Amino acid sequence: MVWAESIPRAWRERVKKYRLLGGKCPSCGSVVYPYRQVCPYCGSEVLQPVELPRRGRVISYTVVRHPPSDFVGKEPYVVAIVELEGGARVLAQLTDVKPEEVREGMEVEAVFRRYREQSPNGVIEYGIKFRPV
Amino acid sequence: MKRVFVIGAGATKIGEHWDKSLRELAVEALLAAVRDAGIDKREVQALYVGNMMSGELQGQEHLGALVATWAGMAGVAAFKVEAACASGGAALHQAYLAAASGLYDCVAVVGVEKMTDALPNDVTSALLTAEDQDYVVFAGATFVGLNALAYRMYLSRYGVKQEDVARFAVHCHKMAVNNPYAQFRREVTLEEVMSSPLIADPIRLLECAPVGDGAAALVLCNEDFLKRNPRDVLVEIAGGAVATDILSVHERKDPLAMAGFRKAAGEAMKRAGIETKDVDVLEVHDAFTVLGILTLEALGYAPPGKGWQLVADGELEPGGRIPTNTMGGLKARGHPVGGTGVYQVFDIVRQLRGEAGANQVEGAEIGLAQNLGGVAGTVAVHVMRRVR
Repeated sequence: MVWAESIPRAWRERVKKYRLLGGKCPSCGSVVYPYRQVCPYCGSEVLQPVELPRRGRVISYTVVRHPPSDFVGKEPYVVAIVELEGGARVLAQLTDVKPEEVREGMEVEAVFRRYREQSPNGVIEYGIKFRPV
Repeated sequence: MKRVFVIGAGATKIGEHWDKSLRELAVEALLAAVRDAGIDKREVQALYVGNMMSGELQGQEHLGALVATWAGMAGVAAFKVEAACASGGAALHQAYLAAASGLYDCVAVVGVEKMTDALPNDVTSALLTAEDQDYVVFAGATFVGLNALAYRMYLSRYGVKQEDVARFAVHCHKMAVNNPYAQFRREVTLEEVMSSPLIADPIRLLECAPVGDGAAALVLCNEDFLKRNPRDVLVEIAGGAVATDILSVHERKDPLAMAGFRKAAGEAMKRAGIETKDVDVLEVHDAFTVLGILTLEALGYAPPGKGWQLVADGELEPGGRIPTNTMGGLKARGHPVGGTGVYQVFDIVRQLRGEAGANQVEGAEIGLAQNLGGVAGTVAVHVMRRVR
């Protein structure tokens, strides 16, 4: 069960999630994921939408062994901070790798994968996971 | 700004209170604080209820009017204040502002959480309402997992052994033995902590604050009320501050910087006119062991990567350099989420009044409490001072 089931939400987020749509700040140069209007670092209100590089490296990771309700049955799975080329950071699952094989600094690339189902007969939510290069 | 004092403190024991509801816990603590203050409860003009998850776990909101009604205080101005695990500290901040403003002379705050009404995975999900639902919860992260990301970075950056960080849990359990309000009044060994199950690597079960039920309350008044109702020993809220950080830890330029905490602590200490060296008792928000160590370092008690040494050397115990979590902290006193920020100040008040029993820090005059919401996305800091 997803805590807040919503079809419009899944629809609204699709471009940001499927295409890794981020924002580049013309003022301080930061690159953020996902795209938003306002830079969280300097407050500039004119972030430019940019499709982010699909390769990066693992900055830190954990193995979730006690998941929230949405992910029961999928544990253990790896959640990592991935720093993409250019500096944007994405929090995402790793895939096609065993938890014990993951290392900090590991080179990874984005792949399109299934994340969760809103309910047994509900909308399936997809997004980007990362696998070792 | 009027000066603001704590004149009453009360709490329930923290634990699995199968026989008590959220409202009953809140009322028990609130009335205990009012009795401790020696006032009529109808003298309380405003009530702030710190709580995070009543909407998810009890299907119950509107806690201000609910608690006021069940406490026999209907008529009072009453509010629920929510800021994730910092709900209690944020509610105290609001109560402090109300009394300091002079609009109200006498106010109360009660922090409460009732967690055992729900199944563990649902509690995990309810806690996650504090995080970014669209981009962080979506990825399958848990709060343990998010702290684990920072924990792993900390171990790597400074070459620290996990055992040295995990010892913080051993310290907290040792302190809780002498606290009648604590959830776990027993010691644990470092071996037990390090062999407990992994929850989200590298964090193990006994490095995490437990799930529990409980409520703590404080009655505050300002100097005008005090003139009409004088008393001998007083505890003043010498300084209080709330600050935020960028919500999600992975978006912070340095996930270990604790920028929100540094800001709140700096402001609270400046208002109180103190420095870290003046603090006699410290309450840190050790939802996970690494947060305790990061806090000691952020306050400058140890250089980065060396906070663990204070624990190993016994410097956090009464009589040590900086007595910390002397009633057990989140780890062993317990962490009923919305209650925690108020329990921390309740524990400091007991120390400053000389009522801390076997764990009394002799001559304690100044205490500092740090309450974190999310992965330190909201921070409430209060500096308490004993005055005569």
